[in-house]
Amino acid sequence: MRFIASFVWSYLLWLVLTAGTNGLLWSTQELMAGLMFALIVGYATRDVIGERAVRFLNPMKWLGFIAYSPVLFWGMVKANLHVAYLVITGKIRPGIVRVPVDLENDAQYTILANSITLTPGTLTVDACPEERALYVHWIKIPEGMERPESSEPVAGPFEKWAGRLGR
Amino acid sequence: MIDYLVYAFLAIAITFNALGSIALHRFPDVYTRLHGATKCTTFGTIFAVLAVVTHALYRIHATGDPKYLGMTLHSLVALVALLLTNPVGAHAIAKASHLSGYKPVKAVVDAYEEKLGGEGK
Repeated sequence: MRFIASFVWSYLLWLVLTAGTNGLLWSTQELMAGLMFALIVGYATRDVIGERAVRFLNPMKWLGFIAYSPVLFWGMVKANLHVAYLVITGKIRPGIVRVPVDLENDAQYTILANSITLTPGTLTVDACPEERALYVHWIKIPEGMERPESSEPVAGPFEKWAGRLGR
Repeated sequence: MIDYLVYAFLAIAITFNALGSIALHRFPDVYTRLHGATKCTTFGTIFAVLAVVTHALYRIHATGDPKYLGMTLHSLVALVALLLTNPVGAHAIAKASHLSGYKPVKAVVDAYEEKLGGEGK
């Protein structure tokens, strides 16, 4: 099962990188060479990819990620304009806050921490799944927000999405 | 017409990349600089890739030349790689600098220091 997961991923990447060799499709040579290389890579990396990575082959999960990208992009637009304003004016109030989160597995923590880092103004310094918290460097902490009770003021809707996508 | 859309995307990309560079000079310490250096440039690069993709798709439509399909897909793969690795790199730099003793300048709160202090470090 792990072999199939890494094989499918490497073959997909090969197909994306070699599209357009025969009209807008693939030539037979590219398909055969890709098959061989994907078999080799899939066999060699079957122990690197964990058993549970198979769940990311589920097409519903891909639809979830596609639906997530506009949410993330809109978060990035808002936050980028905010940081652009801070860069120009220099009015910052930085600090590292502890953000309690309610997630189950490592994939969810990775998605949430990366989303928080990608939206400017907040940067994940450390993720501690054992105490169910993220440590986030926040560039402009609002007054009275030094000890946030939930992830909502820092991450907005991202915690819900991370919980849904990484399940 | 499409050309102006490409120019607009490129203008946004350059603006945000420039802001990221200015942030390096204006902010006081490593954490705040990471905000500018990693995030503004990611956002700028998204628009640079959008400009490439728009141009290439228009060229496919106009000429049917398959080499532009490769251009589109390769830029998108580069964008995905950037979006996956950039936050991980920023996180690694921030954690490493905190562990090696660089404290945030002018910080109003430092919960991470309290956690490390609580562990007797």
